Amino acid sequence: MTISQVSFGSHEPVLDVKDLTVKYIGDTRSTTAVDHVSFSIGTGEVFGLAGESGCGKSTIANSIMRLLKDPAKIAGGSISFGGKDVLAMSPEELRRFRWQDVAMVFQSAMNSLNPVLTIGEQIVDIFTTHAGYSRKESLRRAGELLELVRIDPARLKSYPHQLSGGMRQRAVIAMAVALKPSLLILDEPTTALDVVVQQEIMAQIKDLQRELGFSVLFITHDMSLMVELSHRMAVMYGGRIVETAKAQDVYANPRHPYTQALMGAFPPLTGPRIPLTGLPDGVKFRNIPDLTEEAPGHFVAPFGGEPPAVDSANLEGAAR
Amino acid sequence: MSHSLMAPPAAASTGTPALEIRGLGKTFPIGGLFSRDSVRALHGVDLTIGRGEIVALVGESGSGKSTLARCVARLEKPSSGAILIDGVDILKRDRFQASRAFRSQLQMVFQDPFGSLNPAHRMDHFLRRSLAIHGKSGGSEQETQRRLAELMTTVGLQADMLNSYPHELSGGQRQRVAIARALAVEPQVILADEPTSMLDVSVRIGVLNLMRKLRDEQGISMLYITHDLASARYLADRTAVMFAGELVEEGESLDLLSNPAHPYTQLLVSAVPDPARAGTYDPVRRAELRQAVMASTHCAFDGDPNQPCSAEEPVRHQVGDPANRHWVRCHLYRPWAAAGGHALASEPIQSSAPASNAQEEASA
Repeated sequence: MTISQVSFGSHEPVLDVKDLTVKYIGDTRSTTAVDHVSFSIGTGEVFGLAGESGCGKSTIANSIMRLLKDPAKIAGGSISFGGKDVLAMSPEELRRFRWQDVAMVFQSAMNSLNPVLTIGEQIVDIFTTHAGYSRKESLRRAGELLELVRIDPARLKSYPHQLSGGMRQRAVIAMAVALKPSLLILDEPTTALDVVVQQEIMAQIKDLQRELGFSVLFITHDMSLMVELSHRMAVMYGGRIVETAKAQDVYANPRHPYTQALMGAFPPLTGPRIPLTGLPDGVKFRNIPDLTEEAPGHFVAPFGGEPPAVDSANLEGAAR
Repeated sequence: MSHSLMAPPAAASTGTPALEIRGLGKTFPIGGLFSRDSVRALHGVDLTIGRGEIVALVGESGSGKSTLARCVARLEKPSSGAILIDGVDILKRDRFQASRAFRSQLQMVFQDPFGSLNPAHRMDHFLRRSLAIHGKSGGSEQETQRRLAELMTTVGLQADMLNSYPHELSGGQRQRVAIARALAVEPQVILADEPTSMLDVSVRIGVLNLMRKLRDEQGISMLYITHDLASARYLADRTAVMFAGELVEEGESLDLLSNPAHPYTQLLVSAVPDPARAGTYDPVRRAELRQAVMASTHCAFDGDPNQPCSAEEPVRHQVGDPANRHWVRCHLYRPWAAAGGHALASEPIQSSAPASNAQEEASA
């Protein structure tokens, strides 16, 4: 596919998602949460997935990790990681794949730490379970790991509640990169954090990424944050990708009306104060077509005329 | 500038400000029954909101901005200070609890529109209750109906949504109902505590635009509490920055965010992601700021014997053009250095040295 050839790092994609379709199957009706989504992430590339709640971005992350539970079903498409078919992995292969090849930091990651175990015990657990190191060796490595995210190794003896939210999140990120995975999935890693802490965590992730060279799938609804961190990004709406390009291109020249609305939802911190509209209330996009290349490396789902394939019940005033 | 820095022109032109907070303090006792320890959540907060003015209060979690909102809304009893609405100290007037008269002057919009509407009632119920309790129903059922429809239209909802239950509405719609409920009382001041932080990003701007429209059309004053500097800049006329329970800087929103004078404000501004100025901030400088700011429980430079802050309360300095009503409370601020782009002095100043001719005591 054309899209998978456009990657920032090497030409060999680490992750290649093709025509992924995920359905939530209910007794009476089913919903397509992810509808024929294709993208690829190159080595050392940071790929961003933007969109609002319910657009299917977390479902994609969970599909890649094979974490989907009933009633969600992968109805079609393929996910390949370094040439291996993720969807065909046996439970034993999956166990190795998760954490060693791909690690994920969840939205509420800081609450995913076990409150009755010290940070050290939880990190040591990773090394003894997945890498088979001795306890002593694991402890030494756990200390190094905390130093990597600039937490005092003495904190290995602390319990999660003794750390601040930002420190907990950093500890979780340290745990995620413990086994040097080649892909790190970050699902809204900073939503619960203050802006200064958020900035720090993002800087940390950037540093780690430069140092360890892993690829990143970065999921967020914050467009400003995404453009700052990602090389390439895709914007999702209703289970479809509506636009994908280099992050700077999307920022400088958003082409799809939904992307424009998302960009408009974040007031700038510089320049004159101009009225913004966000997404006009009641606007819905239906039957989003496949992406076409509008500019080199800039793929957009076509939208007919003005306003685009829109179901505008009430453009003025009424809330969505 | 002959009059006090604290009085905005809007208030000066129409007399008494809509809401005035003077020297508000709040301490929470900590420890056991016989413990005398307490934590200082608010200290000497002075804030004035003129009629038809939107003031944003920004700060990180734990800075005390929600405590301030709770004190002003009388959900919490302040330890000291005064809260004046229309020039009347409501802490003296309603000594023990908020009166209905007070509630009709000041209303709140909360962060969580999912938790603030009872799921067992229709929208009609919420608005009708507000009207009935505050005697704004207008006598006849017909008149009430008209008022209800009018309220819904004002906040940009269709009148037939009155028959819906909360679960049938989206977050943005629910927040609009919460705003309509506050409006039903015809308040002078609306206190909005993070009203958009739980909404989907694409509908946030819509709610902010609605708040501005209400100010423009009905002259309602607002205190907009947020951690999002960009939205404060977008909505508010003035912005006040809160740090460790104290206001450290205040000014016209555009001016304050483009020329932050206090190290904490500078840190906050530097941390906001904005692709338009990516990479313009020096990470080393930011780390220094963070070290200085975050390590402290009071002011960033508290406890340093070389800093006059430790010995006395910092005073307010005017920043830039007096028309911007921009002040900062920091001993390290030196106006003549501001021109050089680095407003904070690196070496301590003598407390006897006149910091500026616009220096003013922060006595309140």
